[in-house]
Amino acid sequence: MLFSGLDFAVNGGQVLLIEGPNGSGKTSLLRILTGLRSPDEGELVWCGTAVSELEAVFYQDVAYVGHMNGMKDDLSVEENLKFAQALAIATLGIDEALQKVGLVGYQDTPIRYLSAGQRRRLALARLLCTRKRLWILDEPFTSLDRASIRMFEDYIVAHVAEGGIVIMTSHHDTGLPEQIVQRIELQS
Amino acid sequence: MSADSLSNAFLSVVRRDLLLAYRHRAELINPLAFFVMVVTMFPLAVGADVELLRRIAPGVIWVAALLASLLSMDAIFRSDFEDGSLELMVMTPHPLSVLVLAKVTAHWLLSGVPLLLVSPLLAVMFDIESDVISVLLITLLLGTPVLSLIGAIAVALTVGLRKGGVLLAILVLPLYVPVLIFASGAVDAAASGLPVSGQLYMMSAMLFLAITLTPWPTAAALKMSLS
Repeated sequence: MLFSGLDFAVNGGQVLLIEGPNGSGKTSLLRILTGLRSPDEGELVWCGTAVSELEAVFYQDVAYVGHMNGMKDDLSVEENLKFAQALAIATLGIDEALQKVGLVGYQDTPIRYLSAGQRRRLALARLLCTRKRLWILDEPFTSLDRASIRMFEDYIVAHVAEGGIVIMTSHHDTGLPEQIVQRIELQS
Repeated sequence: MSADSLSNAFLSVVRRDLLLAYRHRAELINPLAFFVMVVTMFPLAVGADVELLRRIAPGVIWVAALLASLLSMDAIFRSDFEDGSLELMVMTPHPLSVLVLAKVTAHWLLSGVPLLLVSPLLAVMFDIESDVISVLLITLLLGTPVLSLIGAIAVALTVGLRKGGVLLAILVLPLYVPVLIFASGAVDAAASGLPVSGQLYMMSAMLFLAITLTPWPTAAALKMSLS
C-alpha cells in the first residue's frame, strides 16, 4: 500500500503541492485525482458529487499534464494544439497561447524537433488554450530552465487568481506565494 | 456537451489519425503488400490448376484479409497509449466510446479500404467470374469494418502488455470466424448461381451490431489498460 487515510479538500484559488520522496506514490495519487485510476478505498468528490458518477462533466473541468506530453511527434505544434482544442472548450487562440509560452515561430514544426523543455512549454500552451478549472500537473517543471519555470509559475498564480485550482507535484522549490499553497507530504 | 461538439470531436480524431498515417505513408503499404503476397503464394503452393484455384480463391482472399487486418490492428491504440494521448482522450468531456469509434473508422479507412480496392485485381488473377467478384466485394465491404471493430476490443485489452502480438491473434481470430463463415458462404453460393441475400443480410446485421455494441467494451478495456 502506498498511502492511506488521506483526507483533504482543495478550493478555488488554491495550489495543492504534493510532496514526498521517490516512490511515495505522488504520481499514483495524481492519477487517482484525475479519475484515470480508482482508489482501493474511498471517494473522490468534485463540487459535491462523486467523480465516479460525474465522469464526462468532471472532465470538462480537468486538464492533466503527466510525464508524457500526450502530443503526437509527427504533427506540428499547431496541429497538436488544434486537436487538443477540438476535444475541449477553446479559450485562447493558438497563436496567442504560443506567444505566452515563447514558442512563436514553431507553429509548423513537428514536435519531434522540439527540445524537452520546449515540449514542456507546449504542454503549458495546451493548458492555456483550453478552458479547464482544475490543472493536475505531474512534475511540470522537469527540463525547464529557470526563466521558463518562473513563467510557468506566473501562469499558475494567474490561473489560481481567476478561481482555478492547481494540484501539482514538484521536486523543485517553487517560487509560488505561500499564502495560496497547501501542502501534502507523503511518506515513503 | 452538444451533439455539434461531439461530431466535431469525432471528425478531429478521424482527421488526426488520417494525417498521422499520411506522415507515415510507407507503413500504410505494409498490410496491403502482406495481403497481396499471401494471396499470390497460393497458386505457387497448390499448382496452376485453374478449376481448383477458382474454387479456393474467395476463401484465400478472405483468410488473407483476416490476417492483414490482424497485422495492422495492433497499432491502432499503441502509439496513443505510449505517448499519453490516450489518457487525454479518456479525460475529455466526450464519451470515450465515440472517440474509439472514430479511431476504428480511421483504421478501417486506412486498412480495410485498400484491401477492398486491390481484391478485384486479385480475383481476376484467380479467374473468378465478374458477378462473383461483385459479391466478394460486398462481403469485404460489410465484413472488414466488423473485423476492425471486433479487433479493437482485443487490442484495447492487450495494449498495456509489452508483447501482446501473439496473444492478440489468439484472442481475435476465433471472433472472426462468424464473419468468415458467412462471407465465404455468400461467395460460394454466388459461384454456384444461388441467391446470396441471406448471407449478406446476416453480414449487414453483424456490421450494425458491431458498430453499436463494440465501442463500449473497447472503451472499458482501454480504461482498464490505463489504470
